[in-house]
Amino acid sequence: MMFASLALVLLIIAGIWMLLHHHEPERDSKRRIIARINEILPQTQCQQCGYPGCLPYAQAIVSDGAPIDQCPPGGQVARRALAELLGRSGTSRRRANDFSPMSSQVVVINEPVCIGCTKCIQACPVDAIVGAAKQMHTIISTQCTGCELCIDPCPVDCIDIIDVADDIEHWRWQRPRWAGRERRAGTQP
Amino acid sequence: MSARQLHTFRGGIRLDPHKRETQDLTSRALPIPEKLILPLQQHVGAAAEPCVKVGQRVLKNDVIAHANNYVGMRLHAPSSGLITAIDEYPVIHPSGLTAACIELTTDGEDLAPELNVADDLNTLASQAVYQRIAEAGIVGLGGAGFPAHVKVLEGTGQTVDTLIINGVECEPYITCDDRLMQEYPAEVLAGAALLARAIDAATCIVAVEDDMPAAMNALQSARPERIELVSIPAIYPTGGEKQLIKVLTGREVPSGLLPIDIGVAVLNVATVVAVHRAVASGQPLIERLVTVSGDVSEPGNAKVLMGTPVNYLLEQFGIDDVSEYRILSGGPMMGTEILNLAAPVTKTVNCILILRRELAEEPASACIRCGDCVPVCPVGLQPQQLYEATRTSDIDLAQDFHLFDCIDCGCCAYVCPSQIPLVHYFRYAKSSIEALDRDRAQADLARTRYEMHQRRISMRLESGPAVGVELADVSGLETNELQGDIRAAVARSNQRRRDDNGI
Repeated sequence: MMFASLALVLLIIAGIWMLLHHHEPERDSKRRIIARINEILPQTQCQQCGYPGCLPYAQAIVSDGAPIDQCPPGGQVARRALAELLGRSGTSRRRANDFSPMSSQVVVINEPVCIGCTKCIQACPVDAIVGAAKQMHTIISTQCTGCELCIDPCPVDCIDIIDVADDIEHWRWQRPRWAGRERRAGTQP
Repeated sequence: MSARQLHTFRGGIRLDPHKRETQDLTSRALPIPEKLILPLQQHVGAAAEPCVKVGQRVLKNDVIAHANNYVGMRLHAPSSGLITAIDEYPVIHPSGLTAACIELTTDGEDLAPELNVADDLNTLASQAVYQRIAEAGIVGLGGAGFPAHVKVLEGTGQTVDTLIINGVECEPYITCDDRLMQEYPAEVLAGAALLARAIDAATCIVAVEDDMPAAMNALQSARPERIELVSIPAIYPTGGEKQLIKVLTGREVPSGLLPIDIGVAVLNVATVVAVHRAVASGQPLIERLVTVSGDVSEPGNAKVLMGTPVNYLLEQFGIDDVSEYRILSGGPMMGTEILNLAAPVTKTVNCILILRRELAEEPASACIRCGDCVPVCPVGLQPQQLYEATRTSDIDLAQDFHLFDCIDCGCCAYVCPSQIPLVHYFRYAKSSIEALDRDRAQADLARTRYEMHQRRISMRLESGPAVGVELADVSGLETNELQGDIRAAVARSNQRRRDDNGI
């Protein structure tokens, strides 16, 4: 008797759980997928995909079926992760040869030339530029994503993009140089 | 010697020890070099902040850089002289990159202010002991260079029952700890007793390898009290912290945890001597013993001031032409090649190893799945599986095989019949994953800033420019015309980039 009633209670709980999850609004799961896509995208907000930011691109991938290979900063790594998440092709089966973290670039303002027009401040998608009207502007380099959106609005061409110099803290080991020979020998079908 | 029951760790290999070349030679004192180069980063954790100016005169033992945070470490002037530069200099690092250093031009007088001597070591409170260790700038002298006071301080909260003093120099050629124990046995034991009391450890063990009989004899004749001296078999890498704990106590440090989590603290003998000098006589860490050995005619150990350039040290050992040699910092198994000999000796350099360059490096061939690397791994990993995962850049698989438990000891690569540079693959993968994590953190920051930016814009559109905090007074510029200009410019920029990328 005890056992039977326990089993019944469990059955009811399981039933409710299934019902709840079955009728989950589609909107919610859609939002979750968009958030997961957005997590994969590199957040440079550079608009090279043709959308006004990483989140809008993520929304377009889900809602309009936008192609997943439109993100140059994300490169192979992002494309592969998106293909895996969405079960889409659009990537070759071969893995990339590298863990390839993003190459780091930031912009710098040639400060003596800056006239303080604030156009770059308005173009910056992540508020990484400090300045006021008719005052010199400067880039907070640790927050700059290297999207380059501030470069063209500048009327006096005082913004340049530069590679972040390799320092010991950010240096990483390169792939062993024997790799080519090994791969040929090791993976021949 | 006590009758402690010894255990074994799995794996490891027996190597030709090459200790005889240097272990019976008294360590030399060197003349003060003309220039000392002191890197601001000599340990794990944040770099130190200089507190001297170019042109300032300093005395020996003066503080020249402050600790920046909890795991930071201060720097002292190893001799008296003039600060002549604070700039980028080559340092010992596999990248060959430069790092920020303080350049001290010595005056040869070696003037030092009076040191702050402790009254009575036996009554000194634990807190005062940590304080004096931190003030002396002591980091672990065995390898990674973890700040010693942090290790000791964390030991107290968590009830460490066993303090292990690591005198096991398992890498071939290196004898600086062996010489230290032979020359300063009383200080080793006094430092050990001091630390055992400060962290309230019931058991204190000094572990020495069985191929260092002279060091063991010296320690025994210094009459240790309540300190166990244990001789352990010379198997590489017994000197590894976790391996040594296993051998001495039978306890294993679980994956992802630290010795402190299982009630053990391990400190290198050289660190212990430095601690004793700091606590007893207020002596900061400004010199250490360094082995110079390998394919050289007159190898030996020397007391080297921090910041001594490697090429100066080599000159003192009569080594001038090094074109045919590889110069390593550390031992042959885990050492780092010194790419620029102007780089200075730092707190964590225990050996400068000079090895004849082999004529032709044999290229690696394919993995033949022999499995020889598996039984030698002291951590119990599957190096051949890790190799496949890292070679194909499969991040998840590599971490499933516990990539981050690898201690870089090199046993797997040593026995590999295909000469595959396994450790290099693992280091490459580890540093790449760390770089990816950094990128992810940066992306999270950018995402938040983008969202806040969007929210601010929409707020402004809804309620006009008066509401919200403005970054800049752009009201005069917010005409439609100008907005249009910016939008057009962004479109131009995008077009240009799309053309560049050929999309």
